[in-house]
Amino acid sequence: MGQNVFAPWTDPAAEPLIRFQNVTKRFGSFVAIDDLTLDIYEQEFFALLGPSGCGKTTLMRMLAGFENASEGRIELAGQDIDGIPPNKRAVNMMFQSYALFPHLSVWDNIAFGLRRDRMAKAEIDARVDEMLKLTRLESFARRKPHQISGGQRQRVALARSLAKAPKLLLLDEPLGALDKKLRQETQFELMDIQEKTGTTFVIVTHDQEEAMTVASRVAVMDHGRIIQVATPEEIYEGPNSVYVADFIGDVNLIEGRATASGEDGYSIEWAAGQPPLSAQSKRPFTDAQRCHLAVRPEKVAISHDRPEADNAVEGRVLDIAYLGNISTYHVELPSGLVIKAQAANTRRIARRDITWEDTVWLSWSASAAVMLAD
Amino acid sequence: MRRWVLIAVPYLWLLALFLVPFVIVFKISLSDVALARPPYIPQFSWDDGIWAFLRELDFENYIFLTTDSLYWKAYLSSLKIAVFSTFLTLLVGYPIAYGMARAPEEWRPTLMMLVILPFWTSFLIRVYSWMGILSQEGYLNQILMWTGIISTPLTILNTNTAVYVGIVYTYLPFMILPIYAALDRLDGSLIEAAEDLGCSRFQAFWLVTFPLSRNGVIAGSFLVFIPALGEFVIPSILGGSKTLMIGKVLWEEFFSNRDWPVASAVAVVLLLILVVPIVLFQRNQQRQAEAEQ
Repeated sequence: MGQNVFAPWTDPAAEPLIRFQNVTKRFGSFVAIDDLTLDIYEQEFFALLGPSGCGKTTLMRMLAGFENASEGRIELAGQDIDGIPPNKRAVNMMFQSYALFPHLSVWDNIAFGLRRDRMAKAEIDARVDEMLKLTRLESFARRKPHQISGGQRQRVALARSLAKAPKLLLLDEPLGALDKKLRQETQFELMDIQEKTGTTFVIVTHDQEEAMTVASRVAVMDHGRIIQVATPEEIYEGPNSVYVADFIGDVNLIEGRATASGEDGYSIEWAAGQPPLSAQSKRPFTDAQRCHLAVRPEKVAISHDRPEADNAVEGRVLDIAYLGNISTYHVELPSGLVIKAQAANTRRIARRDITWEDTVWLSWSASAAVMLAD
Repeated sequence: MRRWVLIAVPYLWLLALFLVPFVIVFKISLSDVALARPPYIPQFSWDDGIWAFLRELDFENYIFLTTDSLYWKAYLSSLKIAVFSTFLTLLVGYPIAYGMARAPEEWRPTLMMLVILPFWTSFLIRVYSWMGILSQEGYLNQILMWTGIISTPLTILNTNTAVYVGIVYTYLPFMILPIYAALDRLDGSLIEAAEDLGCSRFQAFWLVTFPLSRNGVIAGSFLVFIPALGEFVIPSILGGSKTLMIGKVLWEEFFSNRDWPVASAVAVVLLLILVVPIVLFQRNQQRQAEAEQ
């Protein structure tokens, strides 16, 4: 057998570190969290993903102790944490604005939490130095927060929140203020640090790429509810709803009516006068049930000649988005539906043969598409 | 050209409204008292020339200030009253500023208005009205006796206590506004971060909120201390005969004694004393501006 895969959520005997049980949070008449149940396991890197206002930040603030649940129960390591103030929780948070103390040096910022624990001075020194080393900030220890760059500030904030070795680290949009390149580098750093320290991380983000990159599991939220919790691969390849499919990455959605054809196979009537599309689904559909077919653009092939494939449709190139490594083709079908297809740019641009207004064939296999009920 | 005009405006302002009057006062302080109009000599005249005029000037008024203990006692007493009343103003002003900064967003303009509102009434009238409150048969004594807290009226008016009340009342907005400005800018997530890292509410205040409002506290304290040191109206209206403040001494020297040269010397020394806190205040403002960049 190969390595042990880290997947405590598949093990029914595993005890979750955090357990939300039917938690509801109301602000006045506004329901921020709606009857939510969720388990997060030790050493997980768990991402809460959703648009702004979906309740992900509220969920995190309840874990930190800044908000209390209106109903339901939140457990941390088997203990109900309702009413325990933030300073009495073995939970630390890295704030979106970093919230570094401007009047304290980098060193004092990191030592701040340790001093509150009345730790011995030598111990504090050792721990702060360890944190500085972990975040590669040794040479900036004496600087004030306004004397270092945004990326360094982000690392100070991380070091400060990790210094007390919390059971759980909360990260609120930790990379939001960084530019794209730095953000990507930092994502890998975060994963490294999470692995090294073995701390459970819960990250809140609205950036699906970030969530996919760093997380062991992703929870997609909307309107205070969790729509789907799964590994990044499962979320991307097997979304459970149109909302998730649409929220994560780029997707083509084709509406139609399903008819069973063979084991797990369905044929989908999607446009008058067009041959039905074939797709597979583990989830059962009744005959003539309305459904959406979700196909990722990179799973759609584009060619001049009709290919041999499970599904092939003809259309006209409307637009080409050149992204350097790949190009996205927007192809309009006779029904007016626009399908996106992605192709890797393995040849130089002058050698490429598909251009605007060309008539092309789009094709994909029956297993490439996901059938989603309404 | 335009730039020069822009730079010249504040300097001309300073020259006309500070330097020229200062030179005049300084000159008078070097003169001798005389029964004349104006009541001092020498007067400059073109016939005698500038040297004859300058030769008459001397520092004997300053020497006189050191010989009479009244003056340095008045300076010290003013300093004491200014320091103590600045401290009292801070004690009263900080909680008000803190409350304002923590109030819901929609209330803040109203609260700010309430702090500034007294400025719309004449300062003199407001100080006089304190006489009606603090006197033996004033409202304060009436209320205290009516509620049975005291049986004989308290003597507050014409004591140093009344002076402190007057100074704290008058200069409170100067303390509140800079502290409020500092607290208002404070990022609320800093307090949450402090609590998250193990601080109680009280610790978070002392370790984060208060140090970060320090510049506001310093600015407010100077804005109260500097005018309080030379204060004349409040001690002469609310204070008693025992209240010794340099502003009052100056006034008596000038108008009762008609000794303009000694009064001018008192004023120049007062200015020299004030230069220290004013320079410190300016440095604080500058540092704050630099830190914000």
